[in-house]
Amino acid sequence: MIATIRSFIIPVGSVIFASLIGGIVLFLSGSDPIEAYAALLKGAFGSMTSITRTLVKATPLMMNGLAVAFAFKAGLFNIGTQGQFIFGAFAASVAGFFIQGVPPVFHIFLALIAGGIAGGVYGAFQGALKAYSGAHEVITGIMCNYIAINITDYLVNHPFRDTSPGNIVARTPLILETSYLPDIEGIPGGFLISLLSAVLVWWVLKHMVLGFEINTVGAGPDAARYSGMRVQRILLITMLISGTLAGLGGALEIQGVEHRFQPGFHTGLGFEGITIALLGRVHPFGIIPASVLIGAMKAGANMMQFSAGVESEIIDIIQALLLFFVTAEVFFKKMIPGMRWQKGEKLSLRAGWGGKV
Amino acid sequence: MDDITVLKLKGISKTFHGVRANSDVDFTLKKGEIHALLGENGAGKSTLMNIISGLLQPDKGEIFIHGKRQKIQNPRRAIQLGIGMIHQHFMIVPGFTSLENIILGSEPIKGVTIDFQQARRQIAILSDDCGLSIDPDAVTEDLPVGIQQRVEIFKALYRNAGILILDEPTAVLIPQETDTLFKILRKLVKKNISIIFITHKLQEVMQIADSISVMQQGVIKGVFSPEETDEQALAELMIGREVLLKNDYLPARPGKIVFEVKKLTVMNSRGYEAVSDVSFRVREREIVGIAGVQGNGQAELSESIAGLRKIKSGEITLSGRRMPALNPRKMIENGLAHIPEDRLKHGLVLPFSIADNQILCTYYRRPYVHFFGRNPKAILKNSRKLINRFHIKARGPEEAVQNLSGGNQQKVIISREFSRDSSFLIANQPTRGLDVGSVEYVHKQLIMLRDKGLGVLLISSELDEILSLSDTILVIYRGRVCSIVRKEDATMESIGRIMVRGFE
Repeated sequence: MIATIRSFIIPVGSVIFASLIGGIVLFLSGSDPIEAYAALLKGAFGSMTSITRTLVKATPLMMNGLAVAFAFKAGLFNIGTQGQFIFGAFAASVAGFFIQGVPPVFHIFLALIAGGIAGGVYGAFQGALKAYSGAHEVITGIMCNYIAINITDYLVNHPFRDTSPGNIVARTPLILETSYLPDIEGIPGGFLISLLSAVLVWWVLKHMVLGFEINTVGAGPDAARYSGMRVQRILLITMLISGTLAGLGGALEIQGVEHRFQPGFHTGLGFEGITIALLGRVHPFGIIPASVLIGAMKAGANMMQFSAGVESEIIDIIQALLLFFVTAEVFFKKMIPGMRWQKGEKLSLRAGWGGKV
Repeated sequence: MDDITVLKLKGISKTFHGVRANSDVDFTLKKGEIHALLGENGAGKSTLMNIISGLLQPDKGEIFIHGKRQKIQNPRRAIQLGIGMIHQHFMIVPGFTSLENIILGSEPIKGVTIDFQQARRQIAILSDDCGLSIDPDAVTEDLPVGIQQRVEIFKALYRNAGILILDEPTAVLIPQETDTLFKILRKLVKKNISIIFITHKLQEVMQIADSISVMQQGVIKGVFSPEETDEQALAELMIGREVLLKNDYLPARPGKIVFEVKKLTVMNSRGYEAVSDVSFRVREREIVGIAGVQGNGQAELSESIAGLRKIKSGEITLSGRRMPALNPRKMIENGLAHIPEDRLKHGLVLPFSIADNQILCTYYRRPYVHFFGRNPKAILKNSRKLINRFHIKARGPEEAVQNLSGGNQQKVIISREFSRDSSFLIANQPTRGLDVGSVEYVHKQLIMLRDKGLGVLLISSELDEILSLSDTILVIYRGRVCSIVRKEDATMESIGRIMVRGFE
């Protein structure tokens, strides 16, 4: 129980502190912080349309957050979510316009599966590099992000370019409407799928044998080897699943929002998975509110700009502050009475968060 | 050698959680001598040296340096007083050059930059003075261990250390490097530097020391010069204990062979041969003990048997089947139980619950899985049963193992390994760091397991543990089995001698 409360204090405290400092920044830049925040809230939750917009924004964040968190559990820092997300999005859009004449529901799932597989294979590739050659996943992840961006740039410029008359930009054709994700009772289908993914991730980590293996590799790699676990294979599978989640996120974004692949559409959504994972305390059920929160900030930013006249970049500042506070655990432990340093806790300089390999 | 006392300890006592590490220790170091501090693991040598170098504060006692009473609050103060400690694990930055490592922490400054010219000159002077050569621009991690150690010594000299403490300096060296080190130490002593040399190797003590203090269980048992004593007398002082548990247990009734290694050769992590051509067999209802001073290949031997380390050549047979290397699960499924040497690193996942640690090797089998998922009910039931049966003191099965005491952590491992259906157990240092009660508990469990029919391989650097539990004793020295004796024929003296020099 106390542990549960503890795990809430840091994210909630971070949101409060980040908003306070954000307010000061707003004030210094000559705006009324209260008016700005009110507009932000209204833009995010003020109407059914704005709520839908918040959930749409939350969807890719949640998928990428889950991808990052899942890898954290095995002690891996999957910074390659960006590239996996991009490949997933690309594969889903190709499946979206290429496959024709299948019933709508089928088409939706075919495109989703294509996205998941593309991201998963790419993640597994990075996992294999880590497991069998020892290459650090952060380095290969960053490299693979560039590779994904450049390969998809080439593909949309040449083989898969939208050839419709009058088009002058590099992009794929529109996907068929049979592969569009529908809203269900006003809730975007993509958001429902990401919720389902969160539950699945939780179940795998908590109740499946694979989850136990992943947690063991993350928390005690030497003990994992001692007990006969095949650590390399587990690392590979972890990255496969993590990449699948990111790739699926890309597919949801294409099928639910963009409806075609255009370079640059992702605007760093993959990287934001790291913020989400940390804000959600690397727990699937923490990631749900974390992604809705950041999604709301994105959704409300425009309203804030229109009605309070505040540049939407202020949202980036608040997000950065959030990340800062979430990772600055030491700060809270010193600030808040009762949050004592636990026995054995040390300031971690290298392999924080999910454990180490 | 003149008779000026540079360091004098009077009545030093230090207690950790009720265990006396040092009690009423007197120690005198004279100018320009090499004073060996001899004792087994856990005799209290390191505690004493940590007190001198300011890492620990004594509960009682006084320290005099050059006749003046001093309080050494921290390592910085120790350096000011001219005390330099060379740890067994070097305190150097691997990627730095020798020069950078030597001046680290006391760099000569010119304005806001480091005066490397000045540092270079000082090191050259030191080098001439002591007759030690060193390449200041070599990157430390590329140097052989012996030279890295020389960098450490330089570092202490650079800070004007007049008293050098070397903690088991030869443990990491190959024989040729050891010879070089000894030459260096001789040179330093001629320059009026005084040296405390901590070791448990008798041969070295006789070779290098001017005086010898023998420490046992926190007490100095005597101070000698090498001329007035010999290795045997020192071994008895160092190892000998009043109580020998030797014949407390009923003799074994060995059955058929359960485990066998043939001509096993294993390399250590540095690429040297750590286990050479070792062969032995273990029968049912028998404990085979491997005696030896730590670092003579025991770690590599047990790791290779457990499937955690590559084998260069040789074969391992368990329950009649030849085992593939590097496959711990195969070994476990074929009947291996294993109490690893490093229980915190290999034996346990510290943030996990007791219950999860107790199924660490069987988590994928029924009843701990059902359908697709884990079966928490069965896992907890198993844990409650084991907590009762092995008297583990904990709040419950869901308590994290990191909150338990060392003894109870070991009990968690024992409960896991002993409750599995196995035919052969390796126990590597199963009682290291445990309190007396827990030690006795572990010993009783080992005997019970033996009488249940298992073959047990006990690896320990505690000689009395080996002698009291084993039915057959192998002595390992520099990776080779130098002697195989039956329990009836073993004496502590003879085994102690083989342990420290490889022959009787």
